Amino acid sequence: MSNDRGYYGEFGGAFIPEILVATFDELIRQFRKVKDDPSFWQTYSDLMSNYSCRPTPLTFAENLTRHFGGAKIYIKREDLNHTGAHKANNVMGQGLLVQRMGKTRVIAETGAGQHGVATATMAAKFGFECTIYMGEVDVKRQRPNVFWMEQMGATVIPVTDGTRILKDAINEAFRDWVTNMDNTHYVLGTACGPHPFPEMVSFFQSIIGKEARQQILELEGKLPTRVFACVGGGSNAMGLFSGFPDNSVECVGVEAAGYGLHTGQHASRLCSPDATVGVAQGYKTYFLQNDDGQMKETHSIAAGLDYIGVSPILSRMHQKGEARFESATDKEVIDAVKLTMKKEGIIPALESAHAFAGAFREAAELSSDDIIIINQSGRGDKDIFTIADAFGDPKWREFIKEKALDYK
Amino acid sequence: MLKKYIQKSLKTKEILLMTHIVVGYPSLDASMKIVEEMVKAGVDLIELQIPFSEPMADGPVILKANQKSLELGTTVKGCFEFAQNVSSRFDIPFLFMTYYNILYKYGVQSFVEDMVKVGIKGAIIPDLPPEEGLEYEEAMKSNNLCPIYIFSPTTTDERMRYISSCGKGFIYCMARKGVTGKTTQFSNELDEYFEKCRKNTSLPLAVGFGVKEKADIDYLKGKADIAVIGSQTIRLVDEKGIEAVGDFIKGL
Repeated sequence: MSNDRGYYGEFGGAFIPEILVATFDELIRQFRKVKDDPSFWQTYSDLMSNYSCRPTPLTFAENLTRHFGGAKIYIKREDLNHTGAHKANNVMGQGLLVQRMGKTRVIAETGAGQHGVATATMAAKFGFECTIYMGEVDVKRQRPNVFWMEQMGATVIPVTDGTRILKDAINEAFRDWVTNMDNTHYVLGTACGPHPFPEMVSFFQSIIGKEARQQILELEGKLPTRVFACVGGGSNAMGLFSGFPDNSVECVGVEAAGYGLHTGQHASRLCSPDATVGVAQGYKTYFLQNDDGQMKETHSIAAGLDYIGVSPILSRMHQKGEARFESATDKEVIDAVKLTMKKEGIIPALESAHAFAGAFREAAELSSDDIIIINQSGRGDKDIFTIADAFGDPKWREFIKEKALDYK
Repeated sequence: MLKKYIQKSLKTKEILLMTHIVVGYPSLDASMKIVEEMVKAGVDLIELQIPFSEPMADGPVILKANQKSLELGTTVKGCFEFAQNVSSRFDIPFLFMTYYNILYKYGVQSFVEDMVKVGIKGAIIPDLPPEEGLEYEEAMKSNNLCPIYIFSPTTTDERMRYISSCGKGFIYCMARKGVTGKTTQFSNELDEYFEKCRKNTSLPLAVGFGVKEKADIDYLKGKADIAVIGSQTIRLVDEKGIEAVGDFIKGL
């Protein structure tokens, strides 16, 4: 679907410094080899079933379906992956690739911390040295994930430059890579960045869509009407959407509207007029940037969606009308988490809850013959500190205060 | 144009010196004074970096200068005005250094035409490999400006020849892996690399990344045509003030 330089229409490409050209050539060569080798997919899929609970279930959300009284709602349970998110699919795949390339060290950026934890886990399992770059702001809001990364042997480096969030962690990871590429692979966490990352990450995440398609056909004997996924960088959306290339299935990506699209404090690249095409972090896509081309600050309650760019593959789908993009505000997201917990006993991550919020808006208007699938890309219970804060739960606040006294 | 200037200057000097500033750091006025100090001290070329919010190839020193300059409100338009000022006041070639998004958002063609208007002679765009830069290369060459491309220690012979065919003016050789501003051991181990660079291009060679003292420049004499000092002068301004720049450069 992409050409030799990783273009999807006008989007994508590889805007990399000269020093990394040889490293990318080697990465592309190895990736092509594994992609064309059916035994590699078998190895990968065996590893994922043995280590990460795949195939993940496709859960019928009976109570939510009754609540909205419209389409039948199914939830693809990527939260049940080892480490609690779809990120495991990508890192384990890249881990196998690192083994083949004979490299001994991995680095990664992380926003919410899910990708960092997943990478640290993979590094522990495969015996790689591991360094994780994480914006200082995110280190503060995601301490439990930092704790686990460090316990698994990774070095976590807080990034104090720029806006101190995900994009700055990506820049810093690139700075490490241009120095240490001889023994180091950069495990980019989403379907962004220079070619071949968008294609490669989507390839590993396509396991989501492959399973979901097979599962819904087994359960219902027909394809869904719509499938929903949240969109930060876009890897879980690419994973789900790739299983449903059919014209009859509408793919809906839900971006972070933050405080509301009109406030300017959001992270919606495709469904707001605020983003324009640009080139940064090695690829061409829609970016939230000013007229000079300087990147803007973004906002989302979900650290994993708090990002300036978006997968070039999704930009292309947006342009060609192959997917529809919506957004959900922080507030809608909190309401969606609450409703899903009460009705189904399932806790979506704040990131994933954007997809739920988007689907909930549309479920009632569909008929009982329609089916929708929501991708639950991650679990929320791991983010108890963030979610409890977002809920403003007074009892939790009391608990933290008392707990803090124990450490005095 | 640049190539001729370099060759002519090399008749009277063993090696030329190119320095670098981030426009608007620590302020626009200070940038002007720094350029003045540099020119008075005998610098042969100056890179004017237009700050970018995501300077992926730059190390901590230049990265912070980029951020600070943007915080102070430096704009692309402001950088063009600054370029016009310095190029009309001082009789040495000035180049732009920046990241591709700055050109892309401005419009590559307009950016290049405005470079001509303000008297800038060439540009270094570290995140634009020649394969992605066809529009840029054509616009630059048709306006008689120099697209400066980069050789790195991992670049193959074949690729060096390709890059050389796309570039004009001179080639920028990274002395080592990594980002700007970290230490480089300039020793005979690098001889082979510079010989390889020389063999694969007829353009003059500039060497940068980690050049910071007289010994480094002495080593580069006879191997490179231009020594590039980047982060070190910014460090110097941070620590000792603008006045220290002139003496530092004369000492090289």
